[in-house]
Amino acid sequence: MMQGILICSLGFLSFAVIATIYRLIKGPSAPDRIQALDALGINLISGVAIFSVLLRNTGFFEVILLIGILSFIGTIAFARYLERGVVIERNHSE
Amino acid sequence: MHDILKGVWSLSVITQSEYIAVLLILIGTIFSFLSAVGLIRLPDIYTRSHALSKGSTMGVLFTLIGTFLFFMLEGFFSIRLFLGIFFVFLTAPVAAHVIVRAAYRSQVPLAKVSVQDDLKKVMMESDGMKRME
Repeated sequence: MMQGILICSLGFLSFAVIATIYRLIKGPSAPDRIQALDALGINLISGVAIFSVLLRNTGFFEVILLIGILSFIGTIAFARYLERGVVIERNHSE
Repeated sequence: MHDILKGVWSLSVITQSEYIAVLLILIGTIFSFLSAVGLIRLPDIYTRSHALSKGSTMGVLFTLIGTFLFFMLEGFFSIRLFLGIFFVFLTAPVAAHVIVRAAYRSQVPLAKVSVQDDLKKVMMESDGMKRME
């Protein structure tokens, strides 16, 4: 019963991932694609969490934390690149 | 896969209260599913961000809290998972905000059906000020 619920929620989640990949490929502008990548990272986090319950293994929690941090940093870097054309700004005025 | 799951689950006793955690996980994935429907159906990036940032954040929070509760009922308090929940809760809205700001500043057009754009006037005024200087 419990495994059934968990596998059903994995099914919902895989639909969400397929929808994000559709938006990632089709998205008319670059910010659409960045948004889809961000959503993909977030869905991946919940997928790993469900697998850790399904396998009853606590070793996946580091993966959750790492994917969260890396996806956030990647999103910020991409958005900054789109906005200003550079990722790291240096102070040239001095 | 099924044999592995059977082996894993036969080791421990399932208590009634663990169903609450699993139900939380199911609710969270339903939220993710609905936000994915919004991601497909809505017309432009601003409305999609509205569906995605709220729905996805809510979904991943429910899922992670369900996982946290599941392992806490088994007697395993994980500070790493708690940190993960905190971090995702903190960063997902910030990331959505930064993406939409970048989109507006790189002139991604609004959908044809949208009726009002208050930011446009302000942005044009500040551009004019820069040119005056």
